[in-house]
Amino acid sequence: MTSRTLISAVGLHKQFGAVVAARDISVDITAQTVSGLIGTNGAGKTTFVNMLTGYLKPDQGTITFEGTDITGREPRDITRMGIARSFQIPQLFTSLTARENLEIALGIAKSPLTRAHEILAQFGLGAYADSVAGNLPEGVRKLLDISLAMVAEPKVLLLDEPTSGVASDEKFAVMDRVMDVIRAAGVTVLFVEHDMDIVRRYSDRVLAFYDGAILAAGAPDDVLNNAQVRQYIIGEPLPTTANAEAPHA
Amino acid sequence: MNTTFNPQRTGMVAAAYTVVALAVGYAFPQWQFLLAVALSKGLVALGLVLLLRSGLASFGQGLYYCAGAYSVGMAMTYLEWNNLVVLLVGATLLAAVLGGILGFLLARYRDIFFAMLTLALSMILYGLLMRYPVLGGSDGFNVYAPVIFGEKLSRPALFAVTVILTGVTVWAIQRYLQSRAGRLGPAIKDNEVRVEYLGASARRNIHLNYILAAGLAGFGGGLSSFSIGHIDPDMAFWTTSGEFVFIAILGGTRNAYAPLLGAIVLELIRSLAYQYAPNTWQVVMGASMLALIVFLPGGLISLTQRALEKRRARQHAQEAGL
Repeated sequence: MTSRTLISAVGLHKQFGAVVAARDISVDITAQTVSGLIGTNGAGKTTFVNMLTGYLKPDQGTITFEGTDITGREPRDITRMGIARSFQIPQLFTSLTARENLEIALGIAKSPLTRAHEILAQFGLGAYADSVAGNLPEGVRKLLDISLAMVAEPKVLLLDEPTSGVASDEKFAVMDRVMDVIRAAGVTVLFVEHDMDIVRRYSDRVLAFYDGAILAAGAPDDVLNNAQVRQYIIGEPLPTTANAEAPHA
Repeated sequence: MNTTFNPQRTGMVAAAYTVVALAVGYAFPQWQFLLAVALSKGLVALGLVLLLRSGLASFGQGLYYCAGAYSVGMAMTYLEWNNLVVLLVGATLLAAVLGGILGFLLARYRDIFFAMLTLALSMILYGLLMRYPVLGGSDGFNVYAPVIFGEKLSRPALFAVTVILTGVTVWAIQRYLQSRAGRLGPAIKDNEVRVEYLGASARRNIHLNYILAAGLAGFGGGLSSFSIGHIDPDMAFWTTSGEFVFIAILGGTRNAYAPLLGAIVLELIRSLAYQYAPNTWQVVMGASMLALIVFLPGGLISLTQRALEKRRARQHAQEAGL
């Protein structure tokens, strides 16, 4: 595995009125790794993803991708450079069929439209090719959303809660399918997730967010066993003596 | 959205339309004027279809329709130009350039803001034309038969030129709708955020469609000025723009042929209503629109889709031996 840094975020800060959504976030993302982003709601995970993909412009700090400063650039420019994303609420063309959704994406990527069937098959969506996207079950919509992001053959893929809304007994099947495709393509992944079993199973590295900052970062077992992470993110009560003061409180 | 790109079929449909329109026009010469005006207005509605497919309604296409017609009228009056090709190319280019400039502003807006801005711009032109005698004032200009290859075009020849040029234009726009850029319209209407996150610029695509719509309206304005023989500021008035929206909704937005169908049916309804109910023809028009929205929300062109689906269902049933 290469240790080349693909994305480097330095001192990212984002504030909405009095609410600080991201405070001094600095992190390097290494090529061909899978990073799990965990944290409670409002911890800053999605804000971080939104800043990386151009949806939000950081108030302070810089983001470089393969050595190029991409801070505050338009989402379409960042996508063209090789960073794609899926969304917590799938962003589909709801009046079009699954195949037509992919054909739109292939058209933008200047790829042959005939690849639509191949991609649908990769993600196990062949049976839904002619179904209107707006009528698809949530798990299928998630997969279609991710497949759209993969059309441009990105170098980095950001997945925002890929299993939210998916039935609990289908979560691992959905993630297995997605990770098989992504690993085969050699794509670097950051995914936001609340299910710690998913995070432990699929991540090479975990970034734990709390109150807009990174509370802990490292190997999954190290981060998920971290006392502060267990108390403030996973929500496990700790013995009174081990109760540390809340970070940033 | 019809995603199957079939240039041969597109060409055949356009050719069939041209042959049928010419045949009807020459079989019933009294209908030539009605058809020529309808087809010219259909071209304006065709541009509107490009915008409607992206989720944008323009209530100001009269601006470009009028600009195209006035470029013809003023070139004839002040420059004594009368060559058909020069006048039509000039009308189209003038409208497209104007659309290109205004598009920088309009492509930033959506929904009611876009609709109201387009309406406001067309009313500015209307006001200017009414105010300044050099622009013809409220009387406008007369337009005479154009010349091609040194020959003045007769009425039947002008009808034929209108039908053929409309056929070629519709064929070209249908091909555009099936191109990568053309297919983005329905995607933008559905989800602009996803379009941006796939690497395309929704605003640029809307700007391009706006320029094409302006060019088509200018072209339609130029053609209709030859058929009608007179132009006046009412061409830029908001009710004229509203009529183009009516035509686009009547025909549907499924493909490039729909607005021509809408334009012809509208002119027929209007002519018949005016003939048989001269005092209440607007009521007939309103009732027609109401019935259409309730029973055919996809426009008249959705009837052909329904017929095709029925035929396919019958074929499948036959193949299955049912």
